[in-house]
Amino acid sequence: MPTFVYMTRCDGCGYCVDICPSDIMHIDKTYRRAYNIEPNMCWECFSCVKACPHDAIDVRGYADFAPLGHSVRVKRDEERGTIAWRIKFRDGREKNFLSPITTKPWGKHIPKLAEAPAPSKEMRNSELLYNEPKYIRMDDGELYSLKAAGLKLKEGVYY
Amino acid sequence: MAYETIVEDNIDVLVCGAGLGGTGAAFEARYWGQDKKIIIAEKANIDRSGAVAQGLYAINCYMGTRWGENNPEDHVRYARIDLMGMVREDLLFDMARHVDSAVHQFEEWGLPLMRDPKTGGYQREGRWQIMIHGESYKPIVAEAAKKSADKVFNRICVTHLLMDESKENRVAGAVGFNVRTGNYHVFKSKAVIVAAGGASMIFKPRSVGEGAGRVWYAPWSSGSAYGLLINAGAKMTQMENRIVLARFKDGYGPVGAYFLHLKTRTQNCNGEEYESKWWPGLQEMVGKEYLDPELSHATHRPIPTCLRNHAFINEVNAGRGPIHMITMEAFQDPHLEEVGWENFLGMTVGQAVLWAATDVDPKNENPELTTSEPYVMGSHATGCGAWCSGPEDISPPEYFWGYNRMTSVEGLFGAGDAVGGTPHAFSSGSFTEGRLAAKAACKYIDDGKAQGIRVSDKQIEDLKTKIYKPMEHYKIYRNEVVAGSVNPNYINPRQGLDRLQKLMDEYCGGVTVSYMTNEKLLNIGLKKMKILEEDLEKLAAEDFHELLRAWELRHRVLTSESVFQHTLFRKETRWPGYYYRGDVMKLDDENWHVLTVSRRDPDTGEYTMEKAPCYHLVGNDE
Repeated sequence: MPTFVYMTRCDGCGYCVDICPSDIMHIDKTYRRAYNIEPNMCWECFSCVKACPHDAIDVRGYADFAPLGHSVRVKRDEERGTIAWRIKFRDGREKNFLSPITTKPWGKHIPKLAEAPAPSKEMRNSELLYNEPKYIRMDDGELYSLKAAGLKLKEGVYY
Repeated sequence: MAYETIVEDNIDVLVCGAGLGGTGAAFEARYWGQDKKIIIAEKANIDRSGAVAQGLYAINCYMGTRWGENNPEDHVRYARIDLMGMVREDLLFDMARHVDSAVHQFEEWGLPLMRDPKTGGYQREGRWQIMIHGESYKPIVAEAAKKSADKVFNRICVTHLLMDESKENRVAGAVGFNVRTGNYHVFKSKAVIVAAGGASMIFKPRSVGEGAGRVWYAPWSSGSAYGLLINAGAKMTQMENRIVLARFKDGYGPVGAYFLHLKTRTQNCNGEEYESKWWPGLQEMVGKEYLDPELSHATHRPIPTCLRNHAFINEVNAGRGPIHMITMEAFQDPHLEEVGWENFLGMTVGQAVLWAATDVDPKNENPELTTSEPYVMGSHATGCGAWCSGPEDISPPEYFWGYNRMTSVEGLFGAGDAVGGTPHAFSSGSFTEGRLAAKAACKYIDDGKAQGIRVSDKQIEDLKTKIYKPMEHYKIYRNEVVAGSVNPNYINPRQGLDRLQKLMDEYCGGVTVSYMTNEKLLNIGLKKMKILEEDLEKLAAEDFHELLRAWELRHRVLTSESVFQHTLFRKETRWPGYYYRGDVMKLDDENWHVLTVSRRDPDTGEYTMEKAPCYHLVGNDE
């Protein structure tokens, strides 16, 4: 369903322009508000809808297969770490859903690897990645190898 | 030209495209190169770019060795049978042995992984999938990449790779333009990791008009993973292995959670199970080794995705469509009903919208399924991509040339869709491949392999002229006609895309021909592709946005030509249900149990094709 923008709600802030993965939310030069310049390249990913601070962007199902009279609204809240959805059917029924989007304060638990202890020479020459082998099984085990698994690679027809 | 040239010099690791593969690469590169200059060039905004932009409701590649669930070799065997034997098992094993460490870090970063209340482990959807609340999956991994990179250049459409002029076949960076300012950006780099996307929209989609963007893979997946690499002369593999998806009709909502977690099943229009009646005939085509329903039933070995598509397609063509997903039973359970809806809201919101628009409540009716148009990519149930080196401790000599995930071009690495022969990597596996490529790229630099790189001003200026040519062309000819898009001197990117889609559909096995092609059709198609390429020299772009579409189209066309060449080369029908070679309808292990490898000469455009050996994991005593 391509997006569209309500004239009276949009103030032309450009958050949708900034986030759209398909580069199709642009500011109209006359009205100085956002609109979808290329609906047939819209994936209905809702990135712009979620980013809009004024709830000005909505979606209307693709004209080639979706009848009118429905709506899917969303409210994403980084502070509370939740996303809320409201689906309205053509016949008026409604469904509501609420899901978490994160379990931690935003961005606080992602390491800055420039400040991590530098890898040893031995580790550089191994097949290990950052935080390995520990994070593979959260124990003291080694990285898997063909040898340890009693396997080899062989050319030919095997299923 | 009025476009400003902005040069970013002395880069060590340049990441082109920051979806799951690119974010993994940038994140990890900082650990191995703490004093290195790491730069990301991203076509959109890294917070919502790539195939995971709208989120995911599952991580489809998680071994669970921590919980005693699977070992890496189990996943290799699964991917092998699903792809009818045609995989790079060294790369797959390598990805599988590292992937859990990525997932465990995601959880630590705040990605909500669901837990199984009974076992305390992660909530399994199927043997390989774990369920997540992944609406913010992409912003979370983007945060990790941003913390590692020196700078993220958003809205840069990378069009070409720069090549070293002191040593042949060595990469030297990349160029592109800013889709907002129009500025020309030059990135001079010692190593480049291409982590751009696979290709949607190269085959005519089932949707028409406004809905043409309602494709299974993101419309912004423009095959740049392949366009950039092919243009640099990198070898490609398994490009014939396009994928067709059985999905909810029109919205292309995913079916994985429905089959695996909700335990739904499919039926034809008469309410009958239809798959099994197609198995005997199909078994004659592919052999019992690949399709053995009794063995599959007894051992839970999956029936390959393409073969299940084959049953679907044939049942519909026999006049017993539509195929329905039987949801009415599962949806009586309120918890499963919630899972069914949240699954769409988490990753394919459009399907929820469509059901709302058409008053479909799967509790009261069984929704229709369809088979999609084909897609070319390398991280779902297919493995198109570059021919890359594997890791030193696993790969046989034919698969190893120094650095893990390095393509056949020195210093040029791949991750995610860009790497060939590694299906079933999905989001977590792509992120992992990015990490592997990043470590190898740092080692490549530390080993002194990137010394003495030279890029002339001429190379940079020539590419600049090339990049903006569609805008110049437009300016020259637009006033020859009164108004409108019809002009005898040029086509615009949309017109070019329409032509490509029609051509791929009709000659390369798209939807309207039930995925059928043959040698004669492919040869006609290739001729038409050559003419299309000539016309692309006369592509016109009105503004920077159209210039973006112009270069996306060029990457799609390079991808498509490669698909044609590979499909022509492999003289068998290896994946019935993905596509059929009508002139050779059987699987032929005697001649074609091999990987197909191609190279397009960047100077002449000529293709050379070769067969590469297919290695499989076997026990030491075999």
